[in-house]
Order: sequence, then C-alpha cells, then structure tokens
Amino acid sequence: MELKEQWIAFLTILRKEIKRFTRIWVQTLLPPVITMALYFVIFGKLIGSRIGDIGGFSYIQFVAPGLIMMAVLTNAYSNVVSSFFSAKFQRSIEEVLVSPTPNYVILLGYTMGGVARGLCVGILVTFMSLIFTDLYIHSWSITLVIVLLTAMLFSLAGFINAVYANTFDDVSIVPTFILTPLTYFGGVFYSITMLPEIWQDISRLNPILHIVNAFRYGLLGVSDIHIGYAILGLMLSVVILFVISLHLLKTGKRLRA
Amino acid sequence: MSAALSIRNLTKVYDNKLEALKGISLDVMPGDFFAVLGPNGAGKSTTIGIISSLVRKTAGEVEVFGINIDTDFSQAKKFLGVVPQEFNFSMFEKVEDIVLQQAGYYGLPRDYAKTQAEKYLKKLNLWDKRDTPARMLSGGMKRRLMIARALVHEPKLLILDEPTAGVDIELRRSMWDFLREINEAGTTIILTTHYLEEAESLCRNVAIIDKGLLVKNTSVKNLLQELHKEVFIFDTAADLPPQFAIEGFDVNTIDQRSFEVQIEKGQALNSVFSILSQQNISIISMRNKANRLEEMFISMIAQSATDKKEQ
Repeated sequence: MELKEQWIAFLTILRKEIKRFTRIWVQTLLPPVITMALYFVIFGKLIGSRIGDIGGFSYIQFVAPGLIMMAVLTNAYSNVVSSFFSAKFQRSIEEVLVSPTPNYVILLGYTMGGVARGLCVGILVTFMSLIFTDLYIHSWSITLVIVLLTAMLFSLAGFINAVYANTFDDVSIVPTFILTPLTYFGGVFYSITMLPEIWQDISRLNPILHIVNAFRYGLLGVSDIHIGYAILGLMLSVVILFVISLHLLKTGKRLRA
Repeated sequence: MSAALSIRNLTKVYDNKLEALKGISLDVMPGDFFAVLGPNGAGKSTTIGIISSLVRKTAGEVEVFGINIDTDFSQAKKFLGVVPQEFNFSMFEKVEDIVLQQAGYYGLPRDYAKTQAEKYLKKLNLWDKRDTPARMLSGGMKRRLMIARALVHEPKLLILDEPTAGVDIELRRSMWDFLREINEAGTTIILTTHYLEEAESLCRNVAIIDKGLLVKNTSVKNLLQELHKEVFIFDTAADLPPQFAIEGFDVNTIDQRSFEVQIEKGQALNSVFSILSQQNISIISMRNKANRLEEMFISMIAQSATDKKEQ
C-alpha cells in the first residue's frame, strides 16, 4: 500500500472514531464534564476552602491540573477499549483486517481516536474549571507534551485491554480495579509531601503520580517529581506499549483464528 | 496467465487441534464463476478465512493473481473482495458510511470513494437507505450492503460465503442476476453455498470439500454428466387413475394430477410418453426436477465417507 493510500486509511479510521464519540456525546463527552464539575464543587469549593494552600496555590488551583489529567487519561483509555472491543464483538473489525491497511496504520488510527477524545474532554473540563478558579499556563510546551503523551499512552493501554477482552466485563476490569485506584493515589488531590516518607517512596512507583505532577508543573510550575524523568518515562512507555500492540496485531492475537 | 486463485496443500489445524483443512489444492482461473460446495464443517469458511487473512494457515501456499500472500499480502488483498457469511459491520453506522469506510481502508480518495459508493448502492437498490443505520435494514438489505461494501474498490476476485442464505426467492434471483452481470464484466467469482441449485445455475466450475479434503474439482457440466439418473415432473390434464404406474420406470405420484418419473441413463423419455398415451393420460406440462446437483453432492459425500472407512 502506497504512503498516500496509508494516509487515507489512517484518516478513515480517525474520522470514524471521532464520528463515533461525537455521535454519542451524551455518553462520551458530557459525563466527564459533569463528574469533574462535582469534584470541583465538593473538593475545590466546599472542602478545599477549609484545607488552605498547597505549594503556594489555593487547593482548587492545586487539584485542577490533576482533575483535567484524570479526565484526559480515563477518556483516552475508555474510547479505545470500548470502540475496539465493540468492533471485535460485532466483527466489524474484520472490515479493516481484510483490507490492505498495514497494522501500524490501524493502531495509529485507533490510538489517535483515543487521543482526540482525551483532548476534547480535556479542553471541555479545562473550560469548565475556569468557572471555579483561575488557571494560567506555566509552560505551554510541557503542558502539551505531557497531555499528548499521556493520551497516547492510555489509548494504547486501552487497545491492549480490548485485544485481550472477551466480554464487556473484561473491558471494565482494568479501569475499575487498576486505573481508578492508581489515579486516586496519584497525587490528584494531595501533594505526596503530605505523606510519611515510606508512602512517598511507594507513591513514586505509581506512574500516574508522575503524569499528574508533570502536568501540574506545566500549568502551575510546581511538582513533587523530576519533570525530565517523567517525560522520558512517558515516552519510553508509549514506545513499549506501541511495540506490544503492534505485535498483538501482527500475530492476530484474539483477532484472527 | 496466473490463476485468480491458486491454493497448494493448504492445511489448517486450530488451537483446539481440530484439523479443518488437510492439504487442499485447487486453481480458479480469471473470469471463472466457481462454486465451493460442502456440508457444514467441511472447511469452506476456513479456506475463505485464510484467503482473506482472518484465519492463519498452518501450512501450504495461497496465491492471488500470482501474488503469494506470504510475501505481499497487502498487494494480494487489493485484488480481493470478501462477502462473509455473518453480518460483520457496525450496526450503528449508516449504510453509506460503512461503504465509504471500506473504500478508505483500501486507500481510495474520498471523492472517488463517494462516486463508487453511490454506484454500488444504486446497483444494489440501497441508495435510498444510505442514511439509514445498518441495524434498521432487513436481512436481505444487510446482505446486499455487504456485497456493495466488498465491491467498492472493484476487486478482481470476489469471494462470497453463502451470500443468499436466508434471502427470499425473489431477492435471491435478483442477486444471481447481479452476480452474473459483474462476472460477465470480468470479475472472477468464488461462491460457497448450501443452495446447490445456486451453484448449478450460476457456476461453471465446482469444488466439493468434505471434512477438510477436496472430494471433487471439475466443471459443473462434467459433474452433471456423471449423474446416472434424472427426475422429471409431469402435470396431467385429468386425475390420474388408481394404482397409476408406468411399466419399466420408477414412478412417484405427487398428487392426483402430478407425478415424477426417474429416468435412468439409457432409458428414453419417448417410452414414457407412449405408455402414457396408451393409458389416455394427457400431459399439460413437464419439468426437470432441479436437484440434480444435490443428488450428485449427496452421493459424492457418501462415497467419500465409504472410501475413508475402507482405508
């Protein structure tokens, strides 16, 4: 398949993915905005006003980057896992598997679909957060790099989950039992400096802590972790998950008999 | 000239150790209308799955218009259009979007894809339904949608896995006409079917597969010539007499005014007519019972089973 044809195939998958999540916006775009609004009201306004400043910022300003990032990563993940698993379940994935579209184009198409939804939700939540607090951007480049790499990483993770999933239950296991706990313990609502030393060390093993803090650095300029390591770790993770996903497509794991 | 499809010693053993194909070899020439027959579980869909990349082969070689799928599957796939047995499109997508997406997966530019989608949706009487979600279509429309989708990139080889299963007679006939039309226009067609009448009516060559083995690979004409008997149905002007029989022939009375006669090889229809004249029975119509291939098929499969037992 020529490069131009591959580009058309990529755009076709991406267009289909964007059309899918915008068609069902009540299920895909609205809920995270409402959920995050509730977080802002409860943790930001009601409880936050009694907590005081963290790192020189009001509590609501401190949690805003974490909440935005939480929305980005969960939506990037759930977009790919649900879309790819539905395609597998309805067997419509065969449409692209029988075509000459190369595996890496299929993977990029679905991944960028997840990134698109992650960014859409991220932008919506950011605008919504402006109702509750002021936000400014400390570093555009770091903010954009972190948000893009995170959306890619979780889209790829969602893809791997979808490949292995046999039932709709399998689709929700990882988000419920792994992603949500890691996110809540990932420094969205607190700085790890508030924890005893042993828990600070344990928290540093949580990849979401690094993502949330790197994004917070991009917005506020404060972080509990080293930004360079966070970006490097994210890049490496994206490459590793991309290679694994490509291998799954090449071997046809749970896709080809 | 390269065969449209060339299969050599194709074998498939599934993970559960089921040996679905046991070394099948066959060639389909360009422009052919080829039938693959076989009972359920014979290996027809596995063969199609391997050709279309949805099933990984265990051993053997497959070439599509001279291109080996092991060396350049991407190029081979460009020549292929596949209509599977089960519906395999998103039920939530609109009809036109499904066809346009398929065109995109083959790298067709958007404007050209739109022209192609319109052409085939119109040909298959689905243009009025282009904005309808696929789940709202009838069973026959869904089948036609899969054909339009498979044709949008104008493949040189179209493979249909039981395309008229569950389709009413009128629609089946119109689909046959359509398939004949695109075959005459140069598309090679391979068809698997349970409707043996379909193979007899449409196809020039046939392969019979049973339990993963090729039982027969010949022309439909040759196959039918091997048939030693034919059955004719007669309709009479008046009621048949009690204990109606035709001496020397195997007769089965269907109702008071129709009966069927089995004509063995070497017997003449003239003899039947002269006996009927002697009995003052006037015939108003006569037709060949359209199950010749079916009888042949059943006898082939039975023979294949007997051969295996003897081995």
